Amino acid sequence: MPIAPIPDAQVPALPPAIELVGIDKRFGGVHANRDIHLTVDKGSIHGIVGENGAGKSTLMSILYGFYQADHGRILVDGREVRIRSSADAIGLGIGMVHQQFMLVETFTVLENVILGAEGAPRLAAAESRARGLIERLARDYGLTVDPDRIVGELSVGEQQRVEILKALFRGAETLILDEPTAVLTPAEADHLFRILRRLQAEGKTVVIITHKLREIMAVTDTVSVMRRGEVVATWPTAATTVERIAEAMVGRRVLLHVPKASSVPGRTLLAVEGLDVRDGRGARLVEGVTFDVRAGEIVGIAGVAGNGQSELLETIAGIRRPSAGSIRLGAEAIGGLDPAAIRALGLAHVPEDRHRMGLVLALEAWENVMLGYQDDPAYQAGVLIDGRAVRAAATDRFRGYDVRPPDIRLRTGLFSGGNQQKIVIGREMERDPDVLLVGQPTRGVDIGAIEFIHRRLIALRDRGKAILLVSAELDEIRSLADRVLCMCGGRIVGECRPETPEADIGLMMAGVAA
Amino acid sequence: MSGSRGELPPLVDYLVVPAVNLTLAFLVSGLVVLAIGENPLAAVRIMLSGALGYAEGVGYTLYYTTNFIFTGLAVAVAFHAGLFNIGAEGQATMAGLGVAVVCLAFDGAPWWLVLPFAVAAAALFGAGWAFVPGWAQARRGSHIVITTIMFNFIAATVMVYLLVNVLGKPGAMNPETRTFAEATRLPPIRDMLLPLGFDVGTSPLNPSFFLACLAALLVWLLIWHSRLGYEMRVFGFNPTAAVYAGIDPARVVMIAMMISGALAGLLAVNEVMGVQNRLLLEFVGGAGFVGIAVALMGRAHPLGIVLAAFLFGVLYQGGAELSFERPKISRDMVVVIQGLVILFAGALEHLARPPLVRLFRRTRLAAEA
Amino acid sequence: MEFVESAALVLGSAVRLSVPLLLACLAGLWSERSGVVDIGLEGKMLAAAFAAGAAAAVTGSAWLGLLAAILTAIAFSLVHGFASISQRGNQIVSGVAINFVAAGLTALLGQAWFAQGGRTPPVQGDARFQPIDLPGEVAARAAGGFGRLWSEVVSGHNILVYLAFLAVPVTWYALGRTRFGLRLRAVGENPHAVDTAGISVAGLRYAAVVIAGLLCGLAGTYLAIAQSAGFIRDMTAGKGFIALAALVFAKWRPVPAMLTCLLFGLLDAVAIRLQGTPLPVVGPVPVQVFQALPYVLTVVLLAGFIGRAIPPRASGVPYTKDR
Repeated sequence: MPIAPIPDAQVPALPPAIELVGIDKRFGGVHANRDIHLTVDKGSIHGIVGENGAGKSTLMSILYGFYQADHGRILVDGREVRIRSSADAIGLGIGMVHQQFMLVETFTVLENVILGAEGAPRLAAAESRARGLIERLARDYGLTVDPDRIVGELSVGEQQRVEILKALFRGAETLILDEPTAVLTPAEADHLFRILRRLQAEGKTVVIITHKLREIMAVTDTVSVMRRGEVVATWPTAATTVERIAEAMVGRRVLLHVPKASSVPGRTLLAVEGLDVRDGRGARLVEGVTFDVRAGEIVGIAGVAGNGQSELLETIAGIRRPSAGSIRLGAEAIGGLDPAAIRALGLAHVPEDRHRMGLVLALEAWENVMLGYQDDPAYQAGVLIDGRAVRAAATDRFRGYDVRPPDIRLRTGLFSGGNQQKIVIGREMERDPDVLLVGQPTRGVDIGAIEFIHRRLIALRDRGKAILLVSAELDEIRSLADRVLCMCGGRIVGECRPETPEADIGLMMAGVAA
Repeated sequence: MSGSRGELPPLVDYLVVPAVNLTLAFLVSGLVVLAIGENPLAAVRIMLSGALGYAEGVGYTLYYTTNFIFTGLAVAVAFHAGLFNIGAEGQATMAGLGVAVVCLAFDGAPWWLVLPFAVAAAALFGAGWAFVPGWAQARRGSHIVITTIMFNFIAATVMVYLLVNVLGKPGAMNPETRTFAEATRLPPIRDMLLPLGFDVGTSPLNPSFFLACLAALLVWLLIWHSRLGYEMRVFGFNPTAAVYAGIDPARVVMIAMMISGALAGLLAVNEVMGVQNRLLLEFVGGAGFVGIAVALMGRAHPLGIVLAAFLFGVLYQGGAELSFERPKISRDMVVVIQGLVILFAGALEHLARPPLVRLFRRTRLAAEA
Repeated sequence: MEFVESAALVLGSAVRLSVPLLLACLAGLWSERSGVVDIGLEGKMLAAAFAAGAAAAVTGSAWLGLLAAILTAIAFSLVHGFASISQRGNQIVSGVAINFVAAGLTALLGQAWFAQGGRTPPVQGDARFQPIDLPGEVAARAAGGFGRLWSEVVSGHNILVYLAFLAVPVTWYALGRTRFGLRLRAVGENPHAVDTAGISVAGLRYAAVVIAGLLCGLAGTYLAIAQSAGFIRDMTAGKGFIALAALVFAKWRPVPAMLTCLLFGLLDAVAIRLQGTPLPVVGPVPVQVFQALPYVLTVVLLAGFIGRAIPPRASGVPYTKDR
């Protein structure tokens, strides 16, 4: 793309705020970004969408100086630049709001805002300057936060505002937001969008990375779609549709539906009543939740991440203690029992995060096959573990669930995400539980494995088991569940059929309508 | 303990990497010897012949090895549960008290009768002293490293108090108990082998060496073949997964610390019942800290620990000979080497890894091409 | 009056005994507030003491002794820094290694160079830091009673004592009120925040460990050629660990660190003073009670029975960009 000097006579078109030319980045064997060309116009809100692992965050990290591209050029305001560190990016007027906030929780808002941009060696001057600016920004953009509060005590939405303040205090002209709404309530997200539009009105450029299509449609001017490290499409948002974007993200028509017969629910296997869960500080995470799951049905819980679904699963599994309410597994009251006791009563649990909870990556794969079932008499030989029996079970699971490579001695961390998930699912399903809790069964799993896992879940249902499914993918819930519960702010705000249009479920998830 | 495994073949990971680290530590040690005007190669020769060149030297080497197996296993067991027990020194010190009380109570009884009680007392006292830091970490969230360090000092003060005011032999110059009767002491292995026609020379080596080897075997079974060991490893690698799996973290922390303390405590059987034959101050002599070096070098595997303990046994015995032959190289040289081994095999363990990984990737690519 | 005078003597002794603790404690404070756990204070102090003793004995200058001590301690700090910051090694292990190397090397080199059983030759005169009499010293001493408080507790210490107590407000100001301090505290709490703000995490942490080295250098010098007239082997005798305890006790804050070190110094002074003399009401108290008290108090504090000691959040965790 040749950049010829523009003759004065022509229309003085502003150079783009950001231009990426042929950006390429590999991590070992992973080709994270392939020959990316991307132009972000000045004063626009530009969305970048793509599935997890499509390379969005890598691309933005390159722009922010966290990584260096192997090839390619970056132009800011039409000038070619080299960005070797965050300091370079900040110097060029690029600010970033990370998905996990980069805040010092023990510091005040003020201290966080000035960190790294203090000016003089003594703090006093910077503090009064920042105080003035925070007041002005609060007025201009609705970015209200008390500068003297300790950041750790703020709500997530307020913390995000502090991150934006940080960027603006450093004179950011272009603001990159990485999955900004993943942890926000719908009201907070709307507040954020209003702030972004005000920023845009002031002439700032905004780049927003997300995998939520609703947001793209709601707030952006332009949308770029990334798939497997490449930018596959860029459209003006007004000229495209959710379906086209979704198709570009996935590369074919969205998620095929695994055929399933309509469910024949039997007796109630899991009954939750008036369940309350609080965190260590006493804040309510789950509030007054009541529902049941019957034999032969899959109940899906839809909701924006962070609205109590994870805590609900963990409480039923015994990892958290309920602060009020009852949980019954068949005839047994299991509220407050420990995970081992609950498992022994016939409940299995595929946790949301296999790395953090479902597997021990440093162990050999066969050792993970007994995780949670280490007390099983079948795995004991006297006082020792019957390694041969466990390995036989592992070989069996690996075959049954098509885990590749079929090497049970391999360190678990060396399997791909999809195969790790098959190890977890195989372990939990083969115990033939009455009730199965499943969190994010296909997160970070390739398409082929998704289909396999979905078939298995439906087969388990058809054997008359009860399944409680939590997923961030509405599509997944709609294709698997027989009934859908919507969670928002720790409460169940509504129940609907899976055939309910996505938009209506979305409204319910946002706590707007029932 | 480290994350970036898997890029190297296991054999390289478990043999070449430690060997490279050890070599680096020895190279720096050699520089130190050069700096004080001695010949490092000559020093190595003296050390090796002093430690392995004759029966008595071997006996001494194995006697040191015994101590280091116990403390190395102690540190390693805690490692597997993700805990850093710096308190083996204090745990062994308190165990000495247990052994001494048993031996004094049964004074005059034959050693084989007293031994089981002495072993039990050593394990019990060591476990008890380790239990408090374990409990404080599990139930009160205190940092086990700081607490175990503090407990080392508290153990030392308690020992001074007891030996000066309570157990001390009246009229003795040094604070120590009276010596146990001949029959109650663990016999030197020499005495046991002489009737069979073997003469292994005069050394403090006694049957607790076999106890150490047995302990290594039991630890191997514990860590890799028992449910408790499995639970410890799961917790050590991923505490969240442990909770998911229905493992009680507090229980694992406390039990792991108690086993660790018990193993450290067994050192007292060797020292108090087998060598000193009385309780005296500082009989542990830093072996608790050597255990850290041994566990790191042995990569927390019992076989590795036995080998590493033997290496340190050679260093200690060889170092003693060396300081005798070359007074300029005092026994403190061994402490320096020990520190360097901890530095290179522990804190700097990643130093050699990236070049090795590169080397292997290149050779593999070359082989594939 | 007699009580005031003997109290003054004990307090003066407490001040002198607390100085190495205070310097080492502040060293630990700087290091740990930046996120680098330092259990090698003992070793660095010992190495510095040896360097001070050796250099002062050879050159006859206390100031050259101080310089050698500071350089030595900083060198050890940089080893610890390299292992924990650049190599992302285990900081506890590195600290343990430092302690061993220092213990071995000082004794080995001491014996090899001076052949006096690991000691350095005794120093006097300019090779040692001498007491400084503050104005009014003589008059206060002559006045007796409360005058002795001035002459024993405040006046008559060597320069390092005053430096140590000066280091407390300096640390407080630098950490709390300057740009450098803000960044340093931030890097100990959340290094990602510092990195994304465009500041070098490694740079800040190296700066912190170098400051820790400097302070350990002062502490070692004080032991070898101010409080004593030369280095003797293992002369730190666990003071680095008491300093660590004091750091925990003070919850990583400078002014409480000073008060804690004074308290621990006082316990030591009282123990020396009593030596078996019975106390009123409780009768004779074994000296070991006073010796063990700092450790016991720290354990009790850590267990949360008297307040909570929460270390800087990122301390002990090597920094990697990827999460």
